[in-house]
Formats: sequence, C-alpha cells, structure tokens
Amino acid sequence: MNLSKVGRALLVTASAAALAVTLAGCGSDDNSGSGGFVAGGDADCQGAAGLTAEGSTAQQNAIGIFNKVWGQACPGKNLSYNPTGSGAGITQFVSGNVDFAGSDSPMDAEQAAGAAKRCDNNPAWHLPLVFGPVALAYQLPGVEQLAVSPQTLAGIFTGAITRWNDPALVALNPDQELPDTPITPVYRSDSSGTTDNFQKYLAAAAPQDWTKGAGKEFQGGAGEGAQKSAGIVQAVQVTPGAIGYVEKGFADQAGLSVAAIDSGGGPVALTGESAKTAIAGATFVGAGNDLVLDLDALYAGTAPGAYPLMLVTYNIVCSRGYSPELAAAVRSFLTVAADHGQAGLDTIGYVALPESIKTRLVAAARAIQ
Amino acid sequence: MNPPDPTDTESGRVVAEPLPGPPVVRTDPSGKTRVRLGDRIFGGLARSSGIAVIALIVAIGVFLLWRAIPALTRNQENFFTFGGNWVTTDTAAMHFGVAELFQVTVFVSLFALVLAMPVALGIAIFLTQYAPKRLAGPLASVIDLLAAVPSIIYGVWGLYVLAPAIRPFALWLNDNLGWFFLFATGNASVAGGGTVFTAGIVLAVMILPIITAVAREVFVQTPHGQIEAALALGATRWEVVRTTVLPFGMSGYISGAMLGLGRALGETIALLIILRGTQRAFGWSLFDGGYTFASKIASAASEFNDQYKAGAYIAAGLVLFVLTFAVNSLARAAVSGKGRS
Repeated sequence: MNLSKVGRALLVTASAAALAVTLAGCGSDDNSGSGGFVAGGDADCQGAAGLTAEGSTAQQNAIGIFNKVWGQACPGKNLSYNPTGSGAGITQFVSGNVDFAGSDSPMDAEQAAGAAKRCDNNPAWHLPLVFGPVALAYQLPGVEQLAVSPQTLAGIFTGAITRWNDPALVALNPDQELPDTPITPVYRSDSSGTTDNFQKYLAAAAPQDWTKGAGKEFQGGAGEGAQKSAGIVQAVQVTPGAIGYVEKGFADQAGLSVAAIDSGGGPVALTGESAKTAIAGATFVGAGNDLVLDLDALYAGTAPGAYPLMLVTYNIVCSRGYSPELAAAVRSFLTVAADHGQAGLDTIGYVALPESIKTRLVAAARAIQ
Repeated sequence: MNPPDPTDTESGRVVAEPLPGPPVVRTDPSGKTRVRLGDRIFGGLARSSGIAVIALIVAIGVFLLWRAIPALTRNQENFFTFGGNWVTTDTAAMHFGVAELFQVTVFVSLFALVLAMPVALGIAIFLTQYAPKRLAGPLASVIDLLAAVPSIIYGVWGLYVLAPAIRPFALWLNDNLGWFFLFATGNASVAGGGTVFTAGIVLAVMILPIITAVAREVFVQTPHGQIEAALALGATRWEVVRTTVLPFGMSGYISGAMLGLGRALGETIALLIILRGTQRAFGWSLFDGGYTFASKIASAASEFNDQYKAGAYIAAGLVLFVLTFAVNSLARAAVSGKGRS
C-alpha cells in the first residue's frame, strides 16, 4: 500500500514537474485570486518537501484539510502539525524547533521579541488563516428559535438572568413562548481558547454587563462546568434549560439547537455566510503584513447579517530568516491553504475566508522570504 | 415452677473468641549459630524492601513539600480556608485554596462508602455462608472483575448511562426531600447528572470489590468450631452469622472499608468526567458538583507550564497525601483496637 502510494506520488510529481516547466515557459506564475483547483496546476510548489508546525488545537482539523489539499496540489509535500496548545506552539516556534506556530491569540511583547530573535532579527507575522465560529447551543423543549443579545448573554453567564422567561429574553423573542424554567449556563471547565474568546466577546460587546475580564478560565460566576467541547455538548443535551458555548462543528454534529445573536440589528443565526460577513468587516490592528485582527471591533460590531462570536486563530511565521528552501515551502503551504484549502472548511465547522482577507493573506504569504 | 429460660441467662449465646494473633516463631531461635550466606542475602533483601517502601513514601512527601512551598509563598489567599475559583495565571499573585476540594473529596468518598459498605457486607456473607460452593467461586470472580474495569469506563458509563437512568429518582428526591440539606438544590443541575449523587454511586461500585474481597477472606476463616458450636446450640443461619462470623470478621471488614475509602479519596478520571465544575460554593448537598483533589489536579495537568502554577496543584496533592495517610492510620488504629477488646 505504501509502495503504491509512493509510486503514485512519483507519477504525479513527474507530471506536475512537466506542467510546471510548461507554465514557467509561459512566464506566468501569478495565480492570486484564482479560486479554481487544478491538481499541480496553478500552485506554487517550490521549496522543501516537509514542514513542521505546532500549536492550537482549535485549528487542528483545518490544518488537516490544508495539508491534504497541499499534498494534492503539490505532490510530495507534507506538513506535520502537532496540536499541543497555543502556548506550547509559540514556545516551540521561538526556540526554532518548528517552522511556524498555530495560536489562538497574538503573541505578547515578550514572545514577539523572542520570535524576532528566532527569525534572524526579523519580525514574525500573524496570519489569521482559520476562523472558528462559536455556537450558543441550548436545550429548551418547544423553543425552535432563540435570539440572545450580548447583554442578555452576559447576564445569563454572570447569573443576573436566571430564568428563561426573563423580560430581557422575552423582549428579544416576541414570537416565542419562553418557559418559566431556570437557566443552566454551561461553561468549559478546562482552560480553553474558546472560553477566552467567549469572554473577550462579552467584554467587547457588552462591557456594562460583563466586568469579569477574559482569560482561558471561565470567570462568570454562574453555571456549571463541563470538560472539553464534547462535555459541553453532553451537558447541553441532557440538561433542560441549559445553554453553552461550543465550536460550531461540535454543535452541528450533535444536532443541537443554536441561538441567534441580536447585536442590535435583529437576530443573526449562525451560518457559514453570517460568520463570513462578520470576518469580511474585520479590520487589522496595524498596517503591513502582520495581520493581527482588531477583535474588539469585530466583536462589538453591529453590522447587519454578521455573526460576531468566533475564535480567531493565527499562524505565526517569520517574515524573513528562513532558509530559501524553507521559505518557499512556507509560501507554498500558506498560499495553497488560503486559496484551495478553503473549500471544505464549512462542512467541519470553520468559516471559509472572505475575499478581502484572502487577498491580504496571499499577499503576506508571498512576501515571506 | 418454670423451667429456666436459657435466653435469660444467656446460656445459649456463643461468645466470640478474639481473633488469635499469628504465633510468633523467630526464625533465628538461638542467634548464636553461624549465619549462612543464603540467610544473610535473604535477610538483607527483606530488610531493604521494607526500608525502600518507607524511603519511597518519605521521598514523595518531601518532593510534594519541596514543590509546594514556592507556590504557597505566592498565594494571596489562606490555603486552607479559601474555597473559590483558582486563579493561577498570574504566578506572582495566585489565588488558590483547598477548603472546597477537601469538602467535596470527603463528601463524595463518604457517600460512596455509605452505599458500598452494606452491599459489600451482604455479598461477603452470602458468598461465605449462604451460597452453594459451586456458585460461590464464579460469583467471587465476577465481583473481583469489577475491580479490573478501568476507571475511565466507569466515568463514561456514569455520565452517559447511569446519570440519565437515575434522573427521575434524583428529581424525585430533590422535589420531595429538598428541605433536607442532602437533597437540596445544589450548584449543579439535578437533571444534568454531573453531581455528587451520580459520582458517589459510581464510586461505590468501584470500591465494592475491594471491600468485598477483604471481608470475604476474613469471614471464610471463621473457626469451624465456633460455627458448629452455634449450630449445635440451635442457632439459625442468621444467628450463626450474627454470633460468630460478624464478631470474628468485623476488623477485617472495617479495614476493607478503609482500603475502599483510600481508593475513593484518590479516584481521579471517573470523577473528572462526571462531576461538573461549579461557580457557586459547595453546600453539602448530593446535588452539588465540584472538584476533588485528584480531579482538580487532573483537570489542569495539561497546563502545567510553570513551576509555580504546578506548585499550587502539587500543594493540593500534598493535602490529599496527608489526608489519605491520616485515614489509613485511623483505620489501622481502629482495627488493632477491635482486635484487643
């Protein structure tokens, strides 16, 4: 089986090489914006065959898809991604053990300084490649559709709102018959990037109602904790009156009811499209190719049709300082991931990149040296 | 003139003999003969095994203390009385304490013990006194098999199978007996099942084989003379058990229960899966959630990237170590006290 795989890979490599020669002959290697996918056709496949990366578990499945697509577009290429957590990923990247890191949050100043040293005194860039919307899964028999606002959400998770027929919730759901049952908020009891982003979201979108700060441990003061995403799903499933936050993929898979968010412009349900709309409206903190997103603006945004509650994960790469072979491989992987890799993301609970972000990402990826 | 009633004078009662201690036979009676090489090697091996165990325990204690002290000096709260959420992200000023962990650990373990002890006693008596020989052997193996099931299986079974199954009963208890503190509405939802109630039942099943095995081993050694004497005096099966087997085996039963308690105190993964994390204080209700020492440490073990943060959890581990040590010593004292009387 291995032999035949290798054989096939060699065959495809040979044909790809032939194609590449033809393309090079045409003098065209510009493929920005092309969304089509032709195996070995329009991808830039130079550089080393293997890459290593480590970090966030939240982007693990997306990286899996990117790697598969990269292998198809550039036969023989492989990325080995070690999902050990954001902190561990950055540490490994800074000490030069892996080629890039995956992280749920941007580096702090100290980490950035370490990363710059690792990159031969060149800055490291944050490339937001993977967006994971967070679903508000709930269990409320008889209530098919539910809308919450950031303020009521903060109230629920701080214990200020304790019953489903609270006037604030009734006002948001005029067409629904909300029962007089207690609300059981369910949070992640292990430390998690999802909790961090959920709390950041509440702090940005409902600063009056959420004064508990952020962080990977839940600080709300109400509800009960479950272990990992699977634990949240289980708890919401069996507990009438429960509401919890969990990655969209998990909620979809379990078939849980998911609440819509009303940021002021009417309820917006969580779909691939509404999440994409929110990302498209996002702005960056700085100029240039270090694409750190302005999360506060994204979370507090009230654009119509945008679902703002999501986990943003970055891939942290060196802007310069790789060996030429490695730089070419990193460029190749990132461009393929940002372009061809987006197709299958929706089905596993991530959001495909909107065009505006994709353009910036591809430009940044190409600038890596 | 009435004939004397034997029960008035207790003439029919079989007085349990105290358990005779093992006869002490010194292996070197004179101490003067030339000690042979084999004896010396064997004696040395036996002695060093004994010393190694003590050294190991001391080493564990010293290690826990050594790692815990730096973290304890950075704790902003009283380590023994603080029961709130642990905040260990800022290692210069951490907030942690064991009050709630201690309460949850002791509560869930005692609840499990209360459930498991009568059942284990019944099984042990049945297997040694009532069951036909052909049945007793296989049944005993089945009980022992319970101890071989990995605790992760118990955890998953408890949360996904047992909790929904006992939910109606739990809800009924909460609705009708909610005025009693044990069944009051706690800080985890009754319907969700991630409560001490579910966890205690699972834990009881887990410690059942240990208690049963020890009790069975002791009960089966009840002197035949005593049993036959009781039967000869006209005692029924139950009276035989009450007057000979139980007094003879009580110390073994108690020490089996203490072994079970030791296991319950240290149980980790099953409780981590079942018990829900909580934001409100523990209130001694069976429908509370929370963390035990061991499950708290396990829940954070993947984030030990800093010696001070890890130290906070190791300090909790140290308390568990001392607690288990104290329970075992108490059990030993209780058992030896029973033996003397």
